[in-house]
Amino acid sequence: MTELSPLDVAGVDAAVAEALASFAAATSLDELKEARLAATGDKAALTLANKLIGGLTPEEKAQAGKTMGGARAAIGRALAARTAELEAERDARVLVEEAVDVTLPVSRALVGARHPLETMQERMCDVFVSMGWEVAEGPEMEAEWFNFDALNFDPDHPAREMQDTFFIDPPSSGLLMRTHTSPVQVRAALERRDSLENEGRGIYVVCPGKTFRTDELDATHTPVFHQIEGLAIDRGLTMAHLKGTLDHFAKSLFGPDAVTRLRPSFFPFTEPSAEMDLRCFVCGGSDPDCRTCRGTGWIEWGGCGMTHPNVLRAAGIDPTKYTAFAFGMGIERTLMFRHSVTDMRDMVEGDVRFSQQFGMEI
Amino acid sequence: MPKIPLSWLAESVSLVEGATPEDIVTSLAKVGLEEEGIHGSGVEGPLVVGRVMSLVKEEQSNGKTINYCRVDVGSFNDPEGPGHKPDNKVDYPSSKGIVCGAHNFVEGDWVVVVLPGATLPGPFPISGRKTYGHWSDGMICSARELGLGEDHSGIIVLTSLGFSADELEPGQDAIPLLGLDQKTIEINVTPDRGYSFSIRGVAREYAHATGASFTDPAGIPVTGAAGEGFPVLIEDEAPVRGNVGCDRFVARIVRGVDPNAPVPAWMKQRLEGAGMRSISLAVDVTNYVMLELGQPLHAYDLATVTAPIVVRRARPAESIVTLDDATRVLHGEDLLITDSDGGHGARAIGIAGVMGGALTEVSASTVDVLLEGAHFDPITIARTARRHKLGSEASRRFERAVDTALPPVAVQRAANLLAELGGGVIEDVFTDVNNVPAVSPIEMDADYPSRIVGVDYPVSEVVSSLEQVGCTVTQDGDVLIVTPPTWRADLEAPINLVEEVARLRGFENLPSVLPVAPPGRGYTHSQIVRKSVARSLAEAGLTQVLTYPFISSQRLDDCLLPSDDVRRDVIRLANPLSAEQPLLRTALIETLVDAVKVNLGRGAQDVAVYETGRAYLGRLVGAIPATYSGDSITPDDVEALNKAIPGQVRRVAGIMAGNKIAAGWDGHATPWRWTDAMAMVEKVERACGVVLEISSEVGERQSTAPFHPGRVAIYRLDGEIVGGAGELHPKVCENLGLPARSVAFELLLDPMISESEGVLVTASPVSGQVLAKEDFAFVVSSDVAAGDLVSAVIDAGDGLVEDARVFDVYTGEQIGSGKKSLAINVKMRDADHTLSADEVLSVREAIIAAASEKFGAMLR
Repeated sequence: MTELSPLDVAGVDAAVAEALASFAAATSLDELKEARLAATGDKAALTLANKLIGGLTPEEKAQAGKTMGGARAAIGRALAARTAELEAERDARVLVEEAVDVTLPVSRALVGARHPLETMQERMCDVFVSMGWEVAEGPEMEAEWFNFDALNFDPDHPAREMQDTFFIDPPSSGLLMRTHTSPVQVRAALERRDSLENEGRGIYVVCPGKTFRTDELDATHTPVFHQIEGLAIDRGLTMAHLKGTLDHFAKSLFGPDAVTRLRPSFFPFTEPSAEMDLRCFVCGGSDPDCRTCRGTGWIEWGGCGMTHPNVLRAAGIDPTKYTAFAFGMGIERTLMFRHSVTDMRDMVEGDVRFSQQFGMEI
Repeated sequence: MPKIPLSWLAESVSLVEGATPEDIVTSLAKVGLEEEGIHGSGVEGPLVVGRVMSLVKEEQSNGKTINYCRVDVGSFNDPEGPGHKPDNKVDYPSSKGIVCGAHNFVEGDWVVVVLPGATLPGPFPISGRKTYGHWSDGMICSARELGLGEDHSGIIVLTSLGFSADELEPGQDAIPLLGLDQKTIEINVTPDRGYSFSIRGVAREYAHATGASFTDPAGIPVTGAAGEGFPVLIEDEAPVRGNVGCDRFVARIVRGVDPNAPVPAWMKQRLEGAGMRSISLAVDVTNYVMLELGQPLHAYDLATVTAPIVVRRARPAESIVTLDDATRVLHGEDLLITDSDGGHGARAIGIAGVMGGALTEVSASTVDVLLEGAHFDPITIARTARRHKLGSEASRRFERAVDTALPPVAVQRAANLLAELGGGVIEDVFTDVNNVPAVSPIEMDADYPSRIVGVDYPVSEVVSSLEQVGCTVTQDGDVLIVTPPTWRADLEAPINLVEEVARLRGFENLPSVLPVAPPGRGYTHSQIVRKSVARSLAEAGLTQVLTYPFISSQRLDDCLLPSDDVRRDVIRLANPLSAEQPLLRTALIETLVDAVKVNLGRGAQDVAVYETGRAYLGRLVGAIPATYSGDSITPDDVEALNKAIPGQVRRVAGIMAGNKIAAGWDGHATPWRWTDAMAMVEKVERACGVVLEISSEVGERQSTAPFHPGRVAIYRLDGEIVGGAGELHPKVCENLGLPARSVAFELLLDPMISESEGVLVTASPVSGQVLAKEDFAFVVSSDVAAGDLVSAVIDAGDGLVEDARVFDVYTGEQIGSGKKSLAINVKMRDADHTLSADEVLSVREAIIAAASEKFGAMLR
């Protein structure tokens, strides 16, 4: 190989061109490294040429310096550019190579869920709490007085027979498993009657909870179930306010088109009493084969009415000053028709697959 | 609940033209009578009248004899000539061939024939078929096949049903003839509306709903006069709750009733339509009138009754054989109808208003009938019916109160029917012991209904509504004086009248007004915390379940509860659903097990469930004050009641079995361990905002059951045990069918929640200074609790130790037996400066000194 002179402009240019071509030809950072060593290493023609500058005359030095400086700069730029290109290619390739199968299962830990009866209950309470109502609670094992007597159930009235009650042994204990959440209404009224009387603060409460009746478990009955009841006591409350409250509640749970209707009925603790139906939110009454409303267009949802003056009296509230309304519905039943649950047993047997369908909220 | 044949209803109220049964139940629902069902006969034609032209008896190889009949069914006849195969060898006159197995008929009888294409109740579709060597075109029907009762002794011979031959013709449609076109509606009568247990009441309600015109079937004239009829005395010496058991008793004699007089077909059809069986003319007539008017009646065989009849309470040890031939031992509150056979009122002949006695019942030989129409106290009747588990058509009506004006009318109606159908002669003079008090008028503000309902009813509308239901109304200024009708004993107070106005005016046009509640206080602390507890456990991988609280005593044994454990203070149900599970759970784990087993039984291997709810335990405090009378209950009364209710603290519990983390493509399985149970407790503590004390110690009447005694943490709050967590006892797992090493926890939520009620977190500033970390490995005796050592380490730091945590536990030869090495990572930081190397060193030395001093710990 003939020695390259730093004064040989054409030769230097050719060497630079050769180096640039080798950089361009490099397809990986490793190849580029080899090309760089070939072009700029100790044995490279340009390096050796550079070393010859020291033996030149001052005029020659100036010219050679300019030539060689240009060559270094050109090589440096080309090298940096190609390095950047190859690095970018490498980075992109790594990202592709590192790709994973995102359809593999990612969580091996057991996953939990809330029970939909509980979340349904919470959702219902939320509707009322947002209106300023409060959530009242009471014991599940209850005194007969609160469960029946205070609610205007005469001891001999056939209405007591309507309730298939679990009594605590011995029967003389006067205790039972509450058959409805209505005793909580009386307790809530007793607790709040002072603020009603002294501050004129109306009583607006919902009472959700577990209730018990001696029904055998089957597709539509369960001996342990849940209710939510509402009670409002204030001056000037009427059945129209009851209807307004039920309509609002229905819309909150079933959408803005929900409609309710009342039908006369009987409960010892309300007068007038009514059954409350919800316009079928699935078919709107248009499908004679609808499975949700069985073609009737209406879904029986609960009972309601104006609280009987005797009940107010039992709670120490003057029925000539205040009027009150109350309503109640089964949470199981609501869950069943809102979510197409066809068998009550799924809700009570404890198969986690039932709750898992609902997750954390409802 | 009452079944109402619509043709019967139509006799008292003009049904809206073209109204379908569905329309009628919809109308009734508007005024409060809910539909329970619409029943048809289930028979679809052709079902026709046939006349048996010929009948050939043929003995079969199976020993039966069948009849091959040719029956004239008019326009349905096959033309004259040979019949179907295999009967086509002879020429028959125009007729149908039918094979019949019954033998209670002869040639020339009028029968009911169901022809191919028809459907009988079942449903059984009818077609022509080959049988016993003949072609049979349908069936000759029995009453049972048509759903007309249970009589299957033979086929229906129409003339014996009360039809005369000249009203019958072959081929005539038998469906209307037998009333099989009748629809019956079944309605639910609420306890306040007893009068609707009758055609009369339902007709009146239908009129209220539709405005249709109502004709009171009780509006018949009472003939003759009340006076010295059959002697009757009411001698109630022990009224129940102050009410005399009987306040009206009408007795009337009908003589010369033909004991063989048939019950007409129409009456049988209606009784059966209403769900009652036909028995005899006298009994059927009393039932018919009861169904029509709502007044239960009783018919005695006059020849068997000895005057006077005495109505009195039962005597000790007295008994009676009732109509159903059962001997019933009576109770002193039972009201009896007695006669004077053997002395004044000596012989019980009926349990008043519930069931008659066998001795005096009408029989096939009865000619003179004594009719009883009485009014009994609803409470007495209800108690007796309940006591003897003897709900009858009569008791059902009496306990809901019957119209006090009805007895003479209903007796008259029954007497009239006996006269008309049985040729009886009604005695002119009848007995009417009548102590019914006049109905008290109710005073009501004329605007009261508007104030309660929220609809502005004009006073005239209020008055007309009340008059419509039968009230008499007079007006005194702004007050209405309302006298309810005798059939509405439920109308006692102004509020009852409001309901009448509201339901008659209808609920459809009720305005919808959302009331504005005063600003509320939101959820209570307890409600917020409980939701947080429930949510954090679900987030931690547990699924919430709701188990029934019923257990057997075996379950307590299976949980290894010692006999002196507080959880043995178990509460028992008086009337459990299952005799096997008469107890209420004393801890959630006891029933949570059931949910675990359901899941395991359905193929799950890894199960983690939790429940929030109550368990019930404690000793009953004794009899609870039963009833409070007067205006209200006092706060003291409430307190007394509450004290008598045993504990039912809210709890949370979980059971975990199998793996917490399943094996997978990216790692191995991790089983649920005792540490996970304790970690769940930590989550509950965080949600409640409390820190519990942990130890292995139980207290008096407490035990570690159902846990593994060496692998359970006992939690205390303010010194009181609030729960436990750890591995279940191996024997408990075995007893209950749980996988070995299942883990569990249970905590009393209520005390934990109360602890943080109203307690506000006082925030400390968060230091931004540099953190210093030091590791220690202490060798201590193996009985030293790691938690105690860590506490000592933190204390030794004098406020500079931010956190100390055991990161390794080692036992082995290197440190000798009976010892363990605990490696602790300590984080130190000061609030306002970076700790110098000297400061860190002095904390380190203090920690080592404290560990050594308190636990004999050696730094490794």
